[in-house]
Amino acid sequence: MTYRLCMIALSASAAVFLAGTASAEQITFVSQGGAYQEAQTKAILDPVAELLGITVNQDSSPDAWPVIKTQAASGKIIWDVIDTPAKDCIRGGEQGMIAKLDFSKIPNAEKMPAAYKSPYSVAYEFYSSVLAYNKEKFADNPPKTWADFWDVKKFPGTRALRNHPLATLEAALLADGVAADKLYPLDVDRAFKKLEELKPHVSVWWTSGAQSAQLLADGEVDMEMAWNGRVAAVVKEGAPIGYSFNQGFLQYTSLCILSGAPNMETAVKFVNTALTPDIQANFPAYIDYGPGNPEAYKTGKISPERAAEMPSSPENAAIQVLVADEWWSSPAGEDAQKRWASFVQQ
Amino acid sequence: MTKSTRNPSELHERREQRLMLLLLAPALLVIVVLLVLPLLWLAWQSIWQDGRFTFAHYERFMTDSVYWLAFLQTFRIAAIVTLLTVVLGYPVAYVAAGAPQRWSILILTMVLLPFWTSVLVRAYAWLILLQRNGIINSALTGSGLIDAPLRLVNNEFGTVIATIHILLPFMVLPLYATMKKIPGELTMAGASLGGSPMHVFLRVFLPLSLPGLIAGMVLVFVLTLGFYITPELLGGGRTYMVSMLVSRNIEVYNEWGAASSISVVLMICVFLVFRLASLLIPFERIMGTR
Repeated sequence: MTYRLCMIALSASAAVFLAGTASAEQITFVSQGGAYQEAQTKAILDPVAELLGITVNQDSSPDAWPVIKTQAASGKIIWDVIDTPAKDCIRGGEQGMIAKLDFSKIPNAEKMPAAYKSPYSVAYEFYSSVLAYNKEKFADNPPKTWADFWDVKKFPGTRALRNHPLATLEAALLADGVAADKLYPLDVDRAFKKLEELKPHVSVWWTSGAQSAQLLADGEVDMEMAWNGRVAAVVKEGAPIGYSFNQGFLQYTSLCILSGAPNMETAVKFVNTALTPDIQANFPAYIDYGPGNPEAYKTGKISPERAAEMPSSPENAAIQVLVADEWWSSPAGEDAQKRWASFVQQ
Repeated sequence: MTKSTRNPSELHERREQRLMLLLLAPALLVIVVLLVLPLLWLAWQSIWQDGRFTFAHYERFMTDSVYWLAFLQTFRIAAIVTLLTVVLGYPVAYVAAGAPQRWSILILTMVLLPFWTSVLVRAYAWLILLQRNGIINSALTGSGLIDAPLRLVNNEFGTVIATIHILLPFMVLPLYATMKKIPGELTMAGASLGGSPMHVFLRVFLPLSLPGLIAGMVLVFVLTLGFYITPELLGGGRTYMVSMLVSRNIEVYNEWGAASSISVVLMICVFLVFRLASLLIPFERIMGTR
């Protein structure tokens, strides 16, 4: 008797389960994990899933690029939509691993600036590399520009930069007097020469965001270039740290879709809905990274105070430099990355 | 058929050998599938790219200064760490081997205690101790011994200190095991024949402890060659060891072939170190099986 009941219950639940997976549309979405992906789940993924009536399966990978390559090489495409730096979407697209986006099916991206889009990608979320400093050390006269950061006489103190050329070379060129709108293509030789000047005064070349935050919080360095979200978290904890978006380097991660994605149609619908201004405006409520669609700032959902803390708000975007992903994914950009290793090592 | 094969004792021995092989089979299988095959795959990747053989990844060792500078720094750090663990570890093992049992247990427990803490936690602990506003610098500047904080971490110095801390047990334990087996009568005999304590130590005790010393040195040296987390967290970005070269080739440049070739060369270096050491003492003694 019990056995029979069990069997009935089992087969019934199996039927429900099978029906569930067969009828509802679904996609697999991939981001970088951690607090960032958690925030997205609440801000974007859950609302989109509800709106479209689809299931959003999640996966995470701190660096999606090697996995994209592996999936493409093996022919077993598991992922649909990925949230990753635009440069990977672009070089992936050029190598046939990322699908071209049909923007006629993504009307929500229409009003986004052209610089936020590529044939393979569309901006999803913004962050910035900003100059952060110790308020106790500099009091009324903190370093405000990269020229100040390079000026070890006027602003003595320990410094840290990211152990990566992206945004670091740009900062060196700004410090050397290159105009912000004339940065690209980067004069790599000039940038490394300027960095060589500062090198003896850089006490740490940080490799992880957590490390950059720790350096500020513990007072190990007096000024550093770090991601705005990390700096904001340190400030929130009460550390005497200041920063501004002036001369910050605006960067974004993009949404893109894998070539041969198993749920292509749903993936396109997902991308469009995720860029809805009203849903994009949820970002600031959960994390210090800004919406990819500037229209979000017009929804009234983001308070002016909060907008001032967001790297992508129109006011802040105007005083920053947008990092050119196309240049960094070009051969010249790849060469600069290779040259970086020998620079920090010597 | 020769007569000897029918010899019952020899038959028995053969059966026993077959049984031993059978007993070894699972472990052997695991090693082949999980270690030997992946390593061969690794080596293959370093010479085979886009459907043809290439030595481009190995040529970089000649042309790219990043490569040999990373190897140079790795070997230098390994040498410094090995030397300093000898200086720190030998007296500890000596005292532990000579002390009454409850004291030697206490000493060995203290050597092993940090061993049970994760490498990551210990790296951060050193950061707290050594950084600019850390405990050591605060104490030194607070007491007026120095004016400005010393640069103790985020460089090779901090990396070496933390690496020594992690690897010290690998020096102390083989030394202790060897010293424990040195009969006390030998040193007593040396003393009774008129040797000064120093003379007895240098002529009797030290040579007898040499196998443990070499075993410890080889272990520490080889383990340092592969260190990753410690230099990554405490090196400040300017300590660039071979393991970091491997990871950067995969993470940043996506060059699996290059990463494989570096791993292969590092592995050959490790084999060479073992070979050199086995010229001094038999391999089984390094591994502590005899």
